[in-house]
Amino acid sequence: MSRIDAWRAAAETKMRSPKSWWRFAAPKEFFWLTGKLVPWFGWAAVLLAVVGLYAAFFVAPSDFRQGEVYRVIYIHVPAAWMSMIIYLAMAFWGIVGLTLNTRVSFILAHALAPTGALWCFVALWTGALWGKPTWGTYWAWDARMTSQLLLMFLYLGYIALVRSIEDPRRADRAGAILAIVGSINVPIIYFSVQWWNTLHQGASVSLTKAPSMATVMLVTMLIMTFAAWSYSIAVALARARSMVLLREAHTDWAQKAAAAMVAKREAEKE
Amino acid sequence: MIALFLAVLRREALLAWRSRADTLVALTFFVIVATLFPFGVGTDERLLRTIAPGILWVTALLAVLLTLPRLFEHDWRDGTLEQLLLSAEPAPVWLGAKLLAHWVTTAVPLAVLAPLLALLYDVEPVVYGWLPVTLLLGTPMLTLIGAVGAALTLGLRASGLLLALLVLPLFVPVLIFGVDAVTSARDGAPFAAQLALLAGGSLAATALAPWGCAAALRLAVE
Repeated sequence: MSRIDAWRAAAETKMRSPKSWWRFAAPKEFFWLTGKLVPWFGWAAVLLAVVGLYAAFFVAPSDFRQGEVYRVIYIHVPAAWMSMIIYLAMAFWGIVGLTLNTRVSFILAHALAPTGALWCFVALWTGALWGKPTWGTYWAWDARMTSQLLLMFLYLGYIALVRSIEDPRRADRAGAILAIVGSINVPIIYFSVQWWNTLHQGASVSLTKAPSMATVMLVTMLIMTFAAWSYSIAVALARARSMVLLREAHTDWAQKAAAAMVAKREAEKE
Repeated sequence: MIALFLAVLRREALLAWRSRADTLVALTFFVIVATLFPFGVGTDERLLRTIAPGILWVTALLAVLLTLPRLFEHDWRDGTLEQLLLSAEPAPVWLGAKLLAHWVTTAVPLAVLAPLLALLYDVEPVVYGWLPVTLLLGTPMLTLIGAVGAALTLGLRASGLLLALLVLPLFVPVLIFGVDAVTSARDGAPFAAQLALLAGGSLAATALAPWGCAAALRLAVE
């Protein structure tokens, strides 16, 4: 038995034990746990976003150079962070899935992809809207912007690949391989784009902010970042839940869970 | 192990020779697309001279992309791929031979042809020498990354388009360093670092890509 097989066997034992945290790798347990977690993260996202947006618009002072327009930073920066973290999370779940053979890990990777692509798009869009008044252009071939655009293409490639494979097992694993290859390439892309840009155009546009931010601004930014995290977790888990139900549709528990959800919705209607 | 490597290499070389029309199609594509640009941007000699390295690199990259779908397609259809995956030797051995043969029969002709196309753009003399060198150093990385993409999309609907979507973003660093090496050489700037990065990237891809490729092929034949 190779080392990885031994490791897998040990992980499987842990997943079966009712006391270990690993049991949530089983679809049924995962479904139960995320059912509890999604509302918490969802409400946390709403509350944090309300507080964060209020602080961003009414509490944080205006920037002495950029005036009011800088306030887009409170959405732009968390969005850019999330888009990068989510890609790494996808690669992480891909590695977990490929090494431990856990189906839920692959489902998590699938569920994260649309949210990551959305954040990528938000970061690019808000960046363009911010760029026009401050630099006079919607787009510049700045290293960060170009890398962000390529990251968007990587997300779209992942989603397109996974969607066009009908066999779920192959879709899971092919997606995981692509996410891993992509995550190795993300730093290479960033480095190469930086090299290309600095050598040929000079730093005509620099995104580097003033070295120190006011505390109010920093706190607001952190609140918005936590809001973005909570939203992403809530949405990805909710999406993963329906994917789990769909995949496990042949099992008894999934049919019961689906029936319970339908009954609850009917009751709410009346 | 070496016997298998050589056997696959011989087989691939023979297949490439017998279906040499495929290679010619990719080369013709390279020539035609490279001649389209002056129609698009006009015939200002200075402009053409400036953009020539970039255009020839992008066009070569697209020609490589065009050859990728047939990398595993035939072997997958007639069952050879399955037999190869069942062999006792590690998959990267025969994959290495296959990819080497593919690179020699598709990318090397592009590199040889590139200086001739550069003539159309009336480039500086130094470009004729360095353009093929950068292509030879950079295209292994394109073929290797592309092979992982070809394996991932093997047998899917619209696999050619999907393949382009998957691998083109990953080709960007190769393009950047390849063009940058040529233009630096032209402008008299140092460019050894770019060549080293191209070669290093190709070596790293040689070490890593066959494993990813093998894993993806196993999924495709399951």
